[in-house]
Amino acid sequence: MDRYLSITRRRITGKIYSMLEWVRQLGRSGIGQFEKLGRANLFLLNTLAGLPELVRRPSLLVKQLWSVGVLSLLIIVVSGLFVGMVLALQGYNTLVDFGAEESLGVAVALSIVRELGPVVTALLFAGRAGSALSAEIGLMKATEQLSGMEMMAVDPMHRVISPRFFAGVISMPLLAAIFSAVGIYGGYFVGVGLLGVDDGAYWAQMQSKVDFYDDVLNGVIKSLVFGWVVTWIAVFEGYDAIPTSEGVSRATTRTVVYSAFAVLGLDFILTALMFGD
Amino acid sequence: MKTSKTTELMVGMFIAVGAAGLFVLAMQVSNLSGFTPANSYTITARFENIGGLKARSPVTVGGVRIGRVASIDYDNDRFEAIVALEMDGKYDQFPDDTTASIYTAGLLGEQYVSLEPGGSEDVLAEGSEIDLTQSALVLEKLVSKFLFDKAAEGGDPEP
Repeated sequence: MDRYLSITRRRITGKIYSMLEWVRQLGRSGIGQFEKLGRANLFLLNTLAGLPELVRRPSLLVKQLWSVGVLSLLIIVVSGLFVGMVLALQGYNTLVDFGAEESLGVAVALSIVRELGPVVTALLFAGRAGSALSAEIGLMKATEQLSGMEMMAVDPMHRVISPRFFAGVISMPLLAAIFSAVGIYGGYFVGVGLLGVDDGAYWAQMQSKVDFYDDVLNGVIKSLVFGWVVTWIAVFEGYDAIPTSEGVSRATTRTVVYSAFAVLGLDFILTALMFGD
Repeated sequence: MKTSKTTELMVGMFIAVGAAGLFVLAMQVSNLSGFTPANSYTITARFENIGGLKARSPVTVGGVRIGRVASIDYDNDRFEAIVALEMDGKYDQFPDDTTASIYTAGLLGEQYVSLEPGGSEDVLAEGSEIDLTQSALVLEKLVSKFLFDKAAEGGDPEP
């Protein structure tokens, strides 16, 4: 009887221990996340501190603008064109029921300039440029190129990270502007060219309803914020990667996933702040 | 580290294209290129009800756009809306008995101020006020008036 009781007691304490273990793991991962957040912020400060050196040597920035910006141009232009065309097609089918197909220009322009331009560009940018940045920096770390630079008294933060970060922040608004402009012309081709909306009405209604400061500039601010966040996540994940093949692959995946979350979440907050009157 | 000429060229083109995209958005898509006269004068008009008129709504004469609504205020003493109209300086020959009315473009379109010139000798200048105004039509008022008239026509309504 005594033996039986002690076994039961041991079972119960075992259960309590496993539960405590679970709570402990939760706490550990929470602390880990906070540590990572702190590292990311210190990392950002270091990156920003590289700006003066970048001003002295703009060729570093130009090289990164090429690989981050120019090479993303094709996917941005093609996607912008198709997004605009689809919007025009869908918008026309809805608006024609109310006899308001003249408003197609407004519908296409507002949805692209306010939302789709910055958001879709940021998502594509995370997939095209962000993942490449993570993989590149992660591999540099794995092959000890970053430590090698430190050995040669070259600060990899200023030499490698800063140019990439600022190239991303500069490229994103430009890419978003190109996306929006191309998208509106895509909508024009479908709406006016294929579906027979009046040419003058498409542009005139758009110009009377789209405000430069409220709509266009707010879209630019959005794309700037997204560019900042996406590039930050990308370079940090690359720099923070575990220096193995698996670590780099995980860092690349995390870049795309976290960027998508950050962009969509921030988009809601920014929209609520900007257009919530 | 030297960057190649092609890279520099392409980056330059990228930045130029991006700026051009922004320029297109500003000029072709938004209303920045709209009504910004070099010299303009502002007149005011008082309305009992401005309906859905907003700042930047157009001001037209005979359908031609000659200005825009600069601001809308409320007169606390006379319980009226004061609408400031920013007029293109080219058109400065409006008689001071011009009538201002608020109309709607189309069935569901935006509202605008329409001016109908009168026959007076004196012209409107900076700071003048239009005395003859006609308020916006409110659909509910119109419907209730119509129903009221119908009921009056039909004599005592059947209980």
